[in-house]
Amino acid sequence: MSREFTPKVVTANDLIEGDAIWLTEDDGWTRDIAQAELIEDEAHGQLRLLHALSQHSVAVGAYLAEAQLGEWGPQPVHFREIFRTRGPSNHAHGKQESA
Amino acid sequence: MYHYNDFDTAFVRNRVAQFRAQVGRRIDGSLTEDEFKPLRLMNGLYLQLHAYMLRVAIPYGTLNSRQMHQLAMIADRWDRGYGHFTTRQNIQYNWPKLRDVPDMLEALADVGMHAIQTSGNTIRNVTADHFAGAAADEVADPRPVAELLRQWSTDHPEFQFLPRKFKIAVTGAEADRAVIRAHDIGLRIVERDGAQGFEVIVGGGLGRTPMIGKVITDFLPQADLLPYLEAIVSVWNLIGRRDNKYKARIKITVHEHGIDEIRTLVDARFAELRPAFSGVDQQILAGIEAQFAPPPLRAAPVAPFETAYAKDPVFRSWADTNLTAHRDPQHAIVQISLKAHGATPGDASAEQMRVMADLAERYGHNELRVSHEQNIVLPHVHKADLPLIHAVLQQHGLATANIGLISDIIACPGMDYCALATARSIPIAQEIATRFDELKLEHEIGDLKIKISGCINACGHHHVGHIGILGLDRAGVENYQITLGGDHTQTAALGARTGPGFPAEEIVGAVETIVQTYLDIRSSREETFIETFRRTGMTPFKSALYPDKEAARDAA
Repeated sequence: MSREFTPKVVTANDLIEGDAIWLTEDDGWTRDIAQAELIEDEAHGQLRLLHALSQHSVAVGAYLAEAQLGEWGPQPVHFREIFRTRGPSNHAHGKQESA
Repeated sequence: MYHYNDFDTAFVRNRVAQFRAQVGRRIDGSLTEDEFKPLRLMNGLYLQLHAYMLRVAIPYGTLNSRQMHQLAMIADRWDRGYGHFTTRQNIQYNWPKLRDVPDMLEALADVGMHAIQTSGNTIRNVTADHFAGAAADEVADPRPVAELLRQWSTDHPEFQFLPRKFKIAVTGAEADRAVIRAHDIGLRIVERDGAQGFEVIVGGGLGRTPMIGKVITDFLPQADLLPYLEAIVSVWNLIGRRDNKYKARIKITVHEHGIDEIRTLVDARFAELRPAFSGVDQQILAGIEAQFAPPPLRAAPVAPFETAYAKDPVFRSWADTNLTAHRDPQHAIVQISLKAHGATPGDASAEQMRVMADLAERYGHNELRVSHEQNIVLPHVHKADLPLIHAVLQQHGLATANIGLISDIIACPGMDYCALATARSIPIAQEIATRFDELKLEHEIGDLKIKISGCINACGHHHVGHIGILGLDRAGVENYQITLGGDHTQTAALGARTGPGFPAEEIVGAVETIVQTYLDIRSSREETFIETFRRTGMTPFKSALYPDKEAARDAA
C-alpha cells in the first residue's frame, strides 16, 4: 500500500540571489513560506512541480518539501527546511536578517 | 613563491571571459540549469542552502600578502565581510550573487588566483604540507611539485570528465601534515642513494567508504612523476565505476582490483606514456623550483622573544601552543588560530585577513599558508618579532592559544550552509570549544583532535579525528555518531564507532564523558589521548558513554 500523501510546498533556489523561494498559488514565487501554496493532493503536487521545473529563468532545483498548515500559512516540517526559512545558525545572515 | 607567467595569466583571463559569457547566457535564458551547472562547477560555483557559494583555489595553501588582501576585498565588496578557510586549503565565500561572480573571478585573476577545478569530476586543487619550506624535518619543499601538478592537471584534456573528483596531496617530510594517506594520490618526497623521488600512495579517501591509501611504489624517480601520475589517472579513468557514483572513486577501484593488479596496469600504461615526456616537464619544474627559493632569513638576537617568554604568561602560553620549530633556530613557524572559542572554525573576517596579510608583509617574508586544519600559518618569522606579532593578533581576536588542543576543531560548514549536509557541524564545534574553555581543561588534556562532518562525505575528516563526530538525520532529527582512535598522520588510522549516536543536546556531554574517561585512565600526564586509546581500546570509553547498556549486560 502506498503511503498516505502529506501536505507539500514547492520550493527552489532563486537563480540570481540563490536564496530559498516557494511557489505561490498564482504561479509566482515568494521568499516567505507562509505565502506559499500548500499542496494537499499528490497529483496536483506533481503538476505544480512540473510547472516549477519549467521556470528556468527564475528557479533552480525545484522540489516538493513537506509542510504543514500553521497559524499564518504553510510551515516547514523537516529541520533542513526550517533552516532554509531563516539562514545559518552562526551568523544572523539570510532570511532571518529581515525577519 | 610562484608567479603567473604570460600563459597562466592569459589562460585565467580567458576563462573568466568565457564564464562571464556563460553567466550572461544563463541569465538571459539561453542556457538551462542543466546546461549551466557543469560550467559553473568547473569554475567553483555551487548553489547551496541559502545562496551560491564560490570556492576559490589556494594552490597548496600558499598565499602572498597581496592575494590575502584581495581575498579580504572580495569578502567586503561582494560577500558578507568574511571568508571560510576549508580542509582543502581553499577559501569559500558563502553569499555571492550570480551576477557578481564573473567580477569576483576577475578580481582573483588580478592577483594570480582562480576557482578552476575546485569542483566537478576533475583533478582538484593540489594540497601540501602547510609547513612546506619551513619545517625542520623536511627532505624537500613539496610546493614546486605541487605547482607542476597544478599546471599539468589544469584543463588536462583527458581528465576533465573523470568518474569522480580526484585529490592529490604532497609532503616533503616524514611527519605527515597533509593527510596524504587519505587522498586519491598521496606523494611523499624521499631520498634514495642521494637522489630524490617519491613514495606514491594510491586509493586513500574518506567519505562514504573510508580507506587508507596503499603504497603503489616506494620510490618513483623524480623525472617519472608526471607520466606515472598520468598512468594512474588514466587507468582509473578507464576502469573506474562510472555506473555507480558511490563506487566511482579510485579507492574503490583499488579495493576491487587489488593494489597488485592496479600496479601492473599502471606500469603497462606508464611504459606507453613515458616516451612522450621528453624532459620539458623537468625544465618547467626547474623553473618553478627557482621561484620557491627560500627567503633570505635574517640573523639577529632572539632576546626580545626570550624576555617576553619569561615575563608574559599569556605570550608564553601562546608561544608554547602555536609555534613550531623552524629549520632555522632563530625563526619560528607561527600558527594563527581561526578557532577562537565559540567562533566558527576556519572563518576569518575581512579585517582579520588584512591584519594577517600585513603581518606577513612586515614580518613574514610576504608569505601565508592555509592549513587543512583551517588555521593560517606565517611560515618564516624571526623570533625577535614574535612579541609584536602576538600583540597585534591579540587586538584582532587572533591570538587564541589552542593549536592542536581540543578546541582546535576541524568542522565542515554542515547544514548551516551546505546543500549536501544531513546535520549541522558549526554549532557543535562552537559548543564543544566553549564548554572546554569554561572547564579550563584544554591544556591539561593536551593533544586531542576533534573533527566534525555534517554528512558522510566527510569534508570534516571525522574518520581520522582522535574523536570524530558525524552528523546524521535520524527520522527528522539531528543525531551525531562518534568515532574514536582515528589518526590523520603518518600512522594513519580510521576511527571506530563507539555505538549509537547522540542527539544534538547530548553530544557535548558525550565528548566530555570521553575526555573525562581519558583523564581518569591515562597512565601519566605525558600519555596523549590517542596513546591511551591505543593502549586501552574502546572498552573503557564505551562503558562510560553507555552505562545503562553496560549495566543491563552485567545484570543479564
